[in-house]
Amino acid sequence: MKEFVEGSHAVAEIVKLCKPAVISAYPITPQTHIVEDLAQMVADGELNSQFVNVESEHSAASVVLGAVATGVRAYTATSSQGLFYMAEVVFNIAGLRLPVIMTCANRAISAPINIWNDQQDSVSLRDSGWIQVYAENIQEAVDLHLIAYKLAEDKSIMLPVMVCMDGFILTHGIETVDIPGQKEVDAFLPPYKALYKLDPEKPITLGPLVDPDSYMETRYAVEQTQKKALSMIPGIAADFNKTFGRNYNGLIEEYHTKDAERVIVAMGSVCGTVKDVVDELRSKGKKVGLLKITTYRPFPCDAIYAALKNIPKVAVLDRALSLGSFSPLLTEIRAIFTSKKKKPQVISGFNIGLGGRDITTHSIKEVFRLLTNKELTSEYIDLKPELLKENYDISDSAGGLSERRKEPSCE
Amino acid sequence: MAARLVIDAAGPNTIISNNTGCLEVFSTKYPESAWEVPWIHSLFENSSAVASGIEAALKYLGTKDKINVIAQGGDGGTADIGLQALSGMFERGHDILYVCYDNEAYMNTGVQRSGLTPFETNTTTSPAGSQSFGNIRPKKPMPEIALAHGIPYVATSSVVFPQDIQRKVKKAFSIKGPKYIQIHVPCPLGWRHDSSLTYEIAKLAVETGLYPIIEYENGVLAQRKIKPKPVEEYLKKQGRFKHLLNNPELIKKIQDIADNNILKYKLSLENQSSV
Ligand SMILES: Cc1ncc(C[n+]2csc(CCOP(=O)(O)OP(=O)(O)O)c2C)c(N)n1
Repeated sequence: MKEFVEGSHAVAEIVKLCKPAVISAYPITPQTHIVEDLAQMVADGELNSQFVNVESEHSAASVVLGAVATGVRAYTATSSQGLFYMAEVVFNIAGLRLPVIMTCANRAISAPINIWNDQQDSVSLRDSGWIQVYAENIQEAVDLHLIAYKLAEDKSIMLPVMVCMDGFILTHGIETVDIPGQKEVDAFLPPYKALYKLDPEKPITLGPLVDPDSYMETRYAVEQTQKKALSMIPGIAADFNKTFGRNYNGLIEEYHTKDAERVIVAMGSVCGTVKDVVDELRSKGKKVGLLKITTYRPFPCDAIYAALKNIPKVAVLDRALSLGSFSPLLTEIRAIFTSKKKKPQVISGFNIGLGGRDITTHSIKEVFRLLTNKELTSEYIDLKPELLKENYDISDSAGGLSERRKEPSCE
Repeated sequence: MAARLVIDAAGPNTIISNNTGCLEVFSTKYPESAWEVPWIHSLFENSSAVASGIEAALKYLGTKDKINVIAQGGDGGTADIGLQALSGMFERGHDILYVCYDNEAYMNTGVQRSGLTPFETNTTTSPAGSQSFGNIRPKKPMPEIALAHGIPYVATSSVVFPQDIQRKVKKAFSIKGPKYIQIHVPCPLGWRHDSSLTYEIAKLAVETGLYPIIEYENGVLAQRKIKPKPVEEYLKKQGRFKHLLNNPELIKKIQDIADNNILKYKLSLENQSSV
């Protein structure tokens, strides 16, 4: 059914349709509306779930861990500091192979305190063993939750999935969203049947101490499963498309890339803005395109390689940093092409939209403009040199900011 | 030992959630397990929250009435790092028994002080030296902290009283809601005494009043009465108190703690009828 709704409400609706037995979360902006809506659904008897109000994110993650270990479906959501406070449990859930689903309403990390969007929180936990997917818009956020449960609970996967959606932009944005019906959801997502669970009838031990004799094999097994997920996601997406009438590949989306000379690689809601700019520049005859990454973990190297190998110039947008090194997505995209014969002439990296700084079509045009033959690394877009000079006594030497200003527009 | 007693008393229809600590490290090295009931270890501080999730799942499945849930951990995982999650579990009213195995220090990492380490104890992080007599503060009053949550059952016991442990575990499971039992378990390694003295030392802790054996059912106190013995008898048997022995002033301070317990919990058999 098509509804004009807030992103958080749409997510709560789809979570309700997935029928989690246990929900536990701790409030943090901009995640709050999602769990408030779910609490209301439980209070109104629309959703038969145990809603556990915990005293912290660490416990929220622990509660869903315990619930899934007992053989039921569970759900949690968080953001930013909350995700970091959970971090220890986040790794633990993946190590225990428990198919928990969590929404991360992406938000910047303190200090300085900032409640607005970037992706530093989830990207920082990319190595936890969780599958991570990023939504471009509210419709995708809804659909990815359903796909996430299907994928996570598959017997050959049994790994948790984090559905990342940009805070405020998607959680508080309002769109017309097609929310599936209960019947179709039930048909697509059967009830959860655990492979193993805490059950006195058949006692097992979960989470024992593992010494050097076997620890490495458990990590290898998670890695192999991540690879397995890569090969399964397109199939699940295809099934999903058939039932719900969408058009996902699940791993990446190529938007006017086939004949493109310049392509931007990005994740999340910024892809919408990039598409607008691509449309506009295409109408003026510029050969530009977008490569959207939906699945960030496992990282779809082969699909990305195939999409970019013939593109002369590639710009990678990062909304998270790896302070003291190159930005995370840039590093990984470049790594795909080391020792490859076919590759872009330049892969330039741009840090953009940190801490909620608006990414306008102008910002994206600036990225395309800067995507020349000269390779740039960790270039900042929309940085304010006057603030740096005033507060930190850092001038142009750091990033060639003013030099760039002098370049003629390529548009 | 104490854990065995607890689980036997709880019976086979039990699920255990365990904090990181010695107990787990020696009982469950992959691929073996000493437990005959479903058992989960997640982390050091979250067994109460994991158990909360287990309990919520059982409630959803409609099997909670048939299955006991135990969360357990050592004194550090309970009174220090795990206190927040434990408080959350109490406050939300989950039907779970929490068992704290209190050996009065972080034994798993080599005898560092915890919030349940007694006053003036020599540990590796509260060493006695020319400027210090060891741990500077008395034990954190965990049973009272638990009690302050208004939960229906709070008790202490000691590994020297196996029947008392088993009675209390059974009692706890006859009551719905959050329950807390703290069991005193000497650690020969950390307390620096001969293993053969374990029983005697544990008994002396009770008989001096330093480890009161108490039971609160809906806030009403019952206790194991004692004919108080001087604390020195307890202290002198353990290396961790050796630095106090020639110093009557310091021993007096510990005697005061015991005397306070005796008064507060009405432990003394003298001039009183026992319960
Ligand atoms: C780890 C973490 N989780 C959640 C939040 C979000 N958060 C910020 S303030 C707050 C609630 C504050 O409530 P209270 O302490 O009662 O102060 P009040 O606002 O009522 O004065 C929460 C949940 C956070 N900042 N960090």
